[in-house]
Amino acid sequence: MGIVSPGFFGRRRRDDPALPPGQYLTESFPVLSAGPTPRITPEQWEFTITTETGTVHRWSWDEFLALKQDDVSTDIHCVTSWSKLGTSWRGVSLDTLFESVESDLEFTMAHSYGGYTTNVPLDDLLGGKAWIAHEFDGEALEPEHGGPARLLVPHLYFWKSAKWVRGLEMLRQDEPGFWESNGYHMYGDPWREERYW
Amino acid sequence: MRTGWNIADVISVRQETTTARTLRLRLPGLTGHKAGQHVDVRLTAPDGYTAVRSYSVASALPGDELELTVEELADGEVSPYLVRAVAAGDQLEVRGPVGGWFVWDPADPSPVQLIAGGSGVVPLMAMIRAHAAGVGTSTGTGIGTAPGYAAPFRLLYSVRSPGAAYYATELDERATAPLLTVNYVYTREAPAGSSIPPHRLDAATLLTTVLPPEDNPAVFICGATAFVETVADWLVRAGYTPDRIKTERYGGTGTTP
Repeated sequence: MGIVSPGFFGRRRRDDPALPPGQYLTESFPVLSAGPTPRITPEQWEFTITTETGTVHRWSWDEFLALKQDDVSTDIHCVTSWSKLGTSWRGVSLDTLFESVESDLEFTMAHSYGGYTTNVPLDDLLGGKAWIAHEFDGEALEPEHGGPARLLVPHLYFWKSAKWVRGLEMLRQDEPGFWESNGYHMYGDPWREERYW
Repeated sequence: MRTGWNIADVISVRQETTTARTLRLRLPGLTGHKAGQHVDVRLTAPDGYTAVRSYSVASALPGDELELTVEELADGEVSPYLVRAVAAGDQLEVRGPVGGWFVWDPADPSPVQLIAGGSGVVPLMAMIRAHAAGVGTSTGTGIGTAPGYAAPFRLLYSVRSPGAAYYATELDERATAPLLTVNYVYTREAPAGSSIPPHRLDAATLLTTVLPPEDNPAVFICGATAFVETVADWLVRAGYTPDRIKTERYGGTGTTP
């Protein structure tokens, strides 16, 4: 426990077990982006997975929507300390997308329209832990929240859930993405408060 | 990068507006910071309950002190305490300064366009102060020799009313063309005697006020989400390169310009 701030009692007295250390609850949906929002139409959009052999697995918007869709209810945790509980998403599991992919590599880099990147170990994308989401709360995902589609890796801080995602690149070694090169943690587990280096 | 919690001494406080206050903190061991960085502040209640929020650094000081300007949010948990309860001599727990993206680098010779919505002016003020600190500095220290100090800066500041503007006197004093130009857009209440009625920032005003795209300025936009989204969109559509636009958005319910 840190130094006590005299006269400070806080407003949220309840210890919510769903809340990782250092996080507070929000009902709104704040936006955190490093630059302008890319405007990508579904016709322009595609998603790729690129392996070490140079093989590119590719899905158009229509092919992506034709895959098995999951409805996901999950908590999300932003490194700027807000958490939002019980959010509803619809999208395609990375397990589904990786069914046809052969790779021996253990690391990935997510690439987004607009140039954003973030690194995620493959283990954290598989096993029902991650999706490419295109709906939030029953509506098409808004561009400022990453639409047409974003990566959803809710067990890591939310900067790992790359907005405007356009592909995954398999990597031999873990490499830092955009925020990871700008002071943020390589892995980003909210329960261990892996915010900064 | 300072990533652990440190105890900061509150050196002084001063009121910026009726709802905002600047806290000057001393963080032992700190040796300056980059313009545009933020810190996390942690408050702890007697029972151990803690609340953490991020605040932009407003100052550009070389040593172990820094300033935060905090706007009191009506439904805030931490900001009312920082704006009304904290006094000189108190201590606060602080993490940082952190951030390596939304920062101005004096080594960059590019002209700089800053665009602020409301309290979003805080990290941009740190950049203006860092720029001014280098301008005219004797070359003995070498600090004034970085090319960025000679680059023109512009601030476009969208704010509710003259009384809600932070740092107005200082900005008036610092605004000497071409090193710093300051333009205001008043959204609710214009200054007394102004011929321009209050209005929201629109694309035409924006594009006639900011540095033109052919100058290839480094652009920093900070404010509520809707403000930043709208302004960044207008700039991209007008031909500014997305790569040159850095944004920082405040969460919650913002308004459009």
